[in-house]
Amino acid sequence: MATAPTTANAAGLSWGPRALIQKLRSGDEIARIVTLIFALVVVLLTALLVYQLWINSAQSRHRFGFSFFWSTTWDPVANQFGALTFVYGTLVTSALGLLIAVPLGLGAAIFLAELAPRRLSDNLTFLIDLLAAVPSVIYGLLGVFILVPLMRTEIQPTLKRAFGFTPFFRGPAYGIGFLTAGFVLAVMIVPFIISVSREVLLAVPNDQREAALALGATRWEATWKAVVPYARTGIMGSIFLALARALGETMAVTMVIGNNPTISSSLFSPGYSIAAVLANEFSEATGNLYLSALIELGLVLFLLTFILNGLARLLIILTTGRGTGVSIA
Amino acid sequence: MRLLWRKTVNIVMLSLTGLCALIAVSVLFFILGYLVYHGGSDVNWDFFTKLPKPVGEAGGGMANAIVGSGKLLLLAAIFGIPVGILGGVYLSEFGGQAVPFVVRYTADLLNGVPSIVIGIFAYAVVVMPVHHFSTVAGGFALGVMMIPIVLRSTEEFLHSVPPSMREGAMALGASKWRTITSVVLPAASRGILTAALLALARVAGETAPLLFTAFGNRFWSPGWSQPIASLPVMIFTYAVGPYEDWHQQAWAAGLVLLGLVLVTNVVVRTVLSRRSSPQRP
Amino acid sequence: MSMRKLIGFALLLMLVGAPAWSQNINAAGATFPYPIYSKWFDEYHKAHPNVQINYQSIGSGGGIRQLMDKTVDFGASDGPMTDEQLKQAGFKILHFPTVLGAAVPSYNIPGVTVELRFTPEALAGIYLGKITKWNDPAIAGANPGIKLPAEDIVVIHRSDGSGTTYIWTDYLSKISSEWASKVGRNTSVNWPVGLGGKGNEGVAGLLKQTPDSIGYVELIYAIQNTLSYGSVKNSADEFVKASLAGVSAAAAGAANAMPADFRVSITDAPGKAAYPISSFTWLLIPAQIQDAAKRNAIKDFLHWMLTTGQQYCEGLAYAKLPKEVVAKEEKAIAMIQ
Repeated sequence: MATAPTTANAAGLSWGPRALIQKLRSGDEIARIVTLIFALVVVLLTALLVYQLWINSAQSRHRFGFSFFWSTTWDPVANQFGALTFVYGTLVTSALGLLIAVPLGLGAAIFLAELAPRRLSDNLTFLIDLLAAVPSVIYGLLGVFILVPLMRTEIQPTLKRAFGFTPFFRGPAYGIGFLTAGFVLAVMIVPFIISVSREVLLAVPNDQREAALALGATRWEATWKAVVPYARTGIMGSIFLALARALGETMAVTMVIGNNPTISSSLFSPGYSIAAVLANEFSEATGNLYLSALIELGLVLFLLTFILNGLARLLIILTTGRGTGVSIA
Repeated sequence: MRLLWRKTVNIVMLSLTGLCALIAVSVLFFILGYLVYHGGSDVNWDFFTKLPKPVGEAGGGMANAIVGSGKLLLLAAIFGIPVGILGGVYLSEFGGQAVPFVVRYTADLLNGVPSIVIGIFAYAVVVMPVHHFSTVAGGFALGVMMIPIVLRSTEEFLHSVPPSMREGAMALGASKWRTITSVVLPAASRGILTAALLALARVAGETAPLLFTAFGNRFWSPGWSQPIASLPVMIFTYAVGPYEDWHQQAWAAGLVLLGLVLVTNVVVRTVLSRRSSPQRP
Repeated sequence: MSMRKLIGFALLLMLVGAPAWSQNINAAGATFPYPIYSKWFDEYHKAHPNVQINYQSIGSGGGIRQLMDKTVDFGASDGPMTDEQLKQAGFKILHFPTVLGAAVPSYNIPGVTVELRFTPEALAGIYLGKITKWNDPAIAGANPGIKLPAEDIVVIHRSDGSGTTYIWTDYLSKISSEWASKVGRNTSVNWPVGLGGKGNEGVAGLLKQTPDSIGYVELIYAIQNTLSYGSVKNSADEFVKASLAGVSAAAAGAANAMPADFRVSITDAPGKAAYPISSFTWLLIPAQIQDAAKRNAIKDFLHWMLTTGQQYCEGLAYAKLPKEVVAKEEKAIAMIQ
């Protein structure tokens, strides 16, 4: 008894050969399998990448074991390597970058989605997207020529005068260092937050806004309390994109961070990040242990990203009461 | 009283958001202005048509790098966009809980891999087996970098399409796949396009992955299996040289790169907006 | 491994390349000689239009590695390959010096516009972090009559692995046993103090921006960026400021004692006019090249480089090879088969 396919439910748990053939005929099952394969390509590529990193860092892993994680020595001549200073630098600069970029980006996205006239909003966003295309090396150069002197002569001394009593704004003001790198990263990741958040905000159905306004909310309240929470997962997604870029940024960071493997609470201090040291030393590294240690650093960054992503998702799940019905994790 | 407070907060917050947007846009104009000021004079007809000249000789351009970037980005788009979109479709429309979680997580991880590590990976997988740098290797590296951005964004934008549209289509008897292609994807197309162009813009400026894959070329690169020049690599090489005219060429190249990304954006958007009329809620 | 080979081959076969009517040669390596190399390859191409030598400056270490991986036809390096690297390569590699370069101590001290004199002890002390102020006797002693401020010295070095670092640390290792044991010589070292700039231009940039700083850069970067740089006391107790003549003098001193494979360090070279922080830079050529056309092209280029090529050096602030070295190299070209 051939019936027309009634596969209205994508989960499609009806068994049996007849159902299967019907599903195949309708093309849904093929579509499901094909798209599944493409989705799994991502996993495959990443697994392959991790595999490469794993086997090429074997020499270093065997030599240093877990001490690689907490050692602060990085000496290519004596062949002693440790990751801690780079992990610190990566975390600090990315955190700074996000701290600056997220409020700025979200604010701009809200303006562009809710307040600005459509034409203006489209054109401005268009231009902001261009920021994502500026090559990393140009950001680095601009950082060196413009931001660094500005930091050294104006911004850092001002911060020191105002907040010098905290441990964050101490030490000589070279102009380069964690803070400068954080600023540069912020500029580089803000387009992702603005662009994606704005799209998601635009996609929020109008009835949400209208309902809030009908209840007497001000424009701001309607936006902040009705629209933004609805778009929360998309905004979070844009922050993940931004975080990822910040963690992996190489050229721009290495030009302004000072490239000195130090751990210091002061944001004025020069530092080093994993991606920066990879960019600096990979081409020139001769010597198998050296190369293997660099690749192990890549693996450490991967692990770091893994943990950070996990923590962020946990945070979202914990703070989301009802969610928007969309799976976020 | 309370109303006054709320109204004040309203005005203050809304102006702050305007300020944020202003800051973001002014940064861009500042960068553009800087590039124009320092490199603008070097962007002439020669730049687009001639090959690079060694230091000390006037003239010369980056024609091979411009074409090279074009070829590399084409390959990257071919590798990266279909995987991203179709993968995103699976996550949003077909997937359950487990597989999408893993794929999403993995995509975020891949996104965070430094571009130089992607380059090393592509080197090991595409260059080493044949002992040969090539355009294909470069395109592959860039494509891999595009996938997570496109995938995650596609999923988000597909999710944002209201369930009522899907249900409407299905009530009319459309199969799931038909619903996706005729209703859901077009509705989300604006966002997906934005994400694809954003991803393309991002990889257009990447240098590190190309150093070990596409390598670089002072000359023209026929076909797809030779090393090839690209704008970011040229910018990098020239910017770190000692000569002032090299620096100027680097700024000029940066300007041209941004210009090309802009033009691509405009062209793609106009072509695709003429075809479909996205639903505006 | 074979699976990856299959993927690699499949990808390449899919998008097959175009005709090779021209001889395409790929090379990679040192950034320091990139200006003169790009000039040479361009001039050579003009003289021989069917030969395209594509050189990319990814760094000395990168050049060595790509050569060992056989993804390029020859490499270039600011520091000679070590015995261990040569053994690891698995095939014989020949070194051919091309030009000479120098690393100079450059500084930015507000108020000091004259040329400073540096003793080896001063340089080592500064970079070890033991001499911390500009008016330290070790520096002031060599510069009588010049008012040096009582400011902290900001030390700048390279953050990326580089041949320039190799030259600098090679010199410091020779003149300071403490440096040799504590830090050593390499393209990348564990610097006791200082900020890292990326590339020569990164160091030059930092120097210009940071008052009371000192850093080492290739001579040509100091000249192009109009940085102040000082003279260094050589092994004959003469203070020599880096110049093409001084560098060539250092090379001439080493020419007679040149080993057959040309791997020699000429830092702290003997001779009154020798600039002590000089170095050769080498092309790394495989001794065996299968493809006859490629082999002949490379050999012909080497001949050209040693004769016509050398005349382009001075215009770009590189020192030429001494005659004796050129003669020896001409003979060595025959070893490429």
